[in-house]
Amino acid sequence: MTDRQAGHPNAWQTATVIDISAETAHAKTFRLGLTQPSRHLAGQHYVVRLTAPDGYTSSRSYSVASAPDASNDIELTVERLADGEVSTFLCDEVIVGDELEVRGPIGGFFVWDGDTPAVCVGGGSGIVPLMAMVRLARRTQRAHLVHLVVSVRSPADLFYADELPGAETTVVYTRQNPPGFPRPPGRLTVADLPAAVTPDVTGYVCGSSGFAETASQLLIDVGLPADRIRVERFGPTA
Amino acid sequence: MAKITRGFAGRRHTRDPRLPPGQYDTGNRWPVLSAEVTPKPDLSTWTFSVEGQVEQPTTWTWDEIHMLPASTFAGDIHCVTTWSKLGVTFAGVSVDSLFDVARVLPTATHVVAFSHTGYTTNLPLADVTNGRAWVVWDYDAQPLPVEHGGPARLLVPHLYFWKSAKWVAGLRVLDHDEPGFWERNGYHDRGDPWLEQRYQGD
Repeated sequence: MTDRQAGHPNAWQTATVIDISAETAHAKTFRLGLTQPSRHLAGQHYVVRLTAPDGYTSSRSYSVASAPDASNDIELTVERLADGEVSTFLCDEVIVGDELEVRGPIGGFFVWDGDTPAVCVGGGSGIVPLMAMVRLARRTQRAHLVHLVVSVRSPADLFYADELPGAETTVVYTRQNPPGFPRPPGRLTVADLPAAVTPDVTGYVCGSSGFAETASQLLIDVGLPADRIRVERFGPTA
Repeated sequence: MAKITRGFAGRRHTRDPRLPPGQYDTGNRWPVLSAEVTPKPDLSTWTFSVEGQVEQPTTWTWDEIHMLPASTFAGDIHCVTTWSKLGVTFAGVSVDSLFDVARVLPTATHVVAFSHTGYTTNLPLADVTNGRAWVVWDYDAQPLPVEHGGPARLLVPHLYFWKSAKWVAGLRVLDHDEPGFWERNGYHDRGDPWLEQRYQGD
């Protein structure tokens, strides 16, 4: 557990949109230049706040996709949800040069310290905070420490495709495979997870609530104690 | 003062006065947000305890806690992740009824709620007494689903919902404040949604 300072978010600050790139047809990555940079931990998130001329505001949290580095920039990947007031605005309206109010980094629990073994299991856009962990591991020559398993419906739903697959990463397609992919499409199973999970491993699970339940149970099935599993759930349930 | 975002008008038409600042109405949906693996409840071994700064530390079984006077809450709940759920009903037992048995000592100032999963959250004593907090097992007249904290969770609806500990196992009554799980991880010690006490320093 980190001390309370580690999770202390900074005040609201103005960030400038430096770059926007499409991850899929429904998700974009926004590179933001911070005016008050604060080094984040892999797995943390920022809050983005939109303000209308009459003072109405709407805020949502988005995980940082980029690894912590020496720059003043962060990357947030935003999945466009049809009924999402903030995500539709970000994905449909925001252009390079716009300024956005952000606050962070936030969260002291769903974070990877950078030097202990981790198994990361993400569903769909749940890959975002896990990708920060993979990127950090690769940049610090510790790629062997982080094993990423990501489950998506089809190749068109995979974020960061040019960085996946790679060493220590596994992509599972539930509905439609890319051409020639050996594994039949289907839900994540124990066979998709790394075989030897040792008790010093921390499990990171991120995705919808249903996915998180399934993935957590699979990690328990391959030998990880429940209290070694950290979960970040998102999205509504009925 | 918030800076105006270019091009943003927002989707709201009329804002429900029951919504605290920065919150939106999640309607009939109920998002699940918890940092731990959902446990498998076993009512035959379930207990709830009040311990610490009390005259009579007490542990109730599932059957025993149901013998206490039933109490319901009808109103709104607010999650720090900005959703609110309006007009919900929970049933269980008032924390006051538990404290009537355990008898809190005059030295007590705070409580830490602890869960069967190890989760903790801290609250001032005044926020869990005088009809402001419950241990609940029914949601809208049905058993509380496990992903929402069933078989029983704490309910402190006037504070952000991380204070309403899922899978609650007891209350530790203290003569000092002691930050819990999210409070050690950057979140506010009190968490009043009407004051937007989301993070440490708010």
